Amino acid sequence: MPRQSDTDISAGTLAQNHLAPEHWVRLHADYLYNYALNRLNNNELARELVQETFLAALEKSASFRGDCTERTWLTSILKHKIIDIYRKKSTGFPATDNYGTPADEPEWFDPDLNNWKKEHWPAPFSVQDDDLLYNKEFMKVLQACLSKLPPLWMSVFKLKHIDDEQTATICKQMRLSSSNFWVIIHRAKVNLRSCLQKNWI
Amino acid sequence: MKKELKTEEERIAYNCRKATFLIEKKQSAPLTGKEKMELQLHLAGCYICRVYENQSILINKMMHNFFNHAGGDAKLDDEFKMKMQKKIDQKMKNK
Repeated sequence: MPRQSDTDISAGTLAQNHLAPEHWVRLHADYLYNYALNRLNNNELARELVQETFLAALEKSASFRGDCTERTWLTSILKHKIIDIYRKKSTGFPATDNYGTPADEPEWFDPDLNNWKKEHWPAPFSVQDDDLLYNKEFMKVLQACLSKLPPLWMSVFKLKHIDDEQTATICKQMRLSSSNFWVIIHRAKVNLRSCLQKNWI
Repeated sequence: MKKELKTEEERIAYNCRKATFLIEKKQSAPLTGKEKMELQLHLAGCYICRVYENQSILINKMMHNFFNHAGGDAKLDDEFKMKMQKKIDQKMKNK
């Protein structure tokens, strides 16, 4: 039997209220792959997760209520898998304290006065902020800098931004107190910003 | 000899560590009245932390764009896709 052409089945029209696993790969695989790739920065893992998502989705297809599109539903399954990976990654690494501070973190601030040490002063980036927002090269530097963060910080920081997730949700997922959460967000940002300044010329 | 900070105002004016912490917190949660006042006082006199604040906001915007708009145009190879669809079809049959 010939398959319906792609134009007949655009992701939006077919999807509502109805699951069609026989079309999943064709309609959603690349989308989910990019979603995972953006968040994990790991090709192998992204591929694996797309497959796992489809198989897990089949198993719980009974729980699909049709109140969102098929793609949204699949994406939410994938998202939970990504969060699991963030959580797993963030444990079992050497750290000097509860905040997951790496031993080689520079001292950004004066220990007594708490002001910036001169060698770490933030300086304006050479380009206007608004232009940087859509600058692909700058984005690449940001990604490289993200991957240099200690695992716990990277996980927390990504989770915070992945869907502008609520603080309380992340704390629960990562088993953090809210005060530890803010400390981590702060430390991650100070490190990330400094990395950007160093590597963006 | 190191400077000694005598008054509360002086301590706030010097405390870039706390100020940058509050800058982060402010972007996702409301600050208390005291925190707001402290941050305002600090930023009024600290150009460096004002630069930090601008860049911190920029980074958050970039993260937002990255996660919410970046579809990306990477593609899975056809062989992998075919195998995957086969696995799905197989699993559906066995249901």
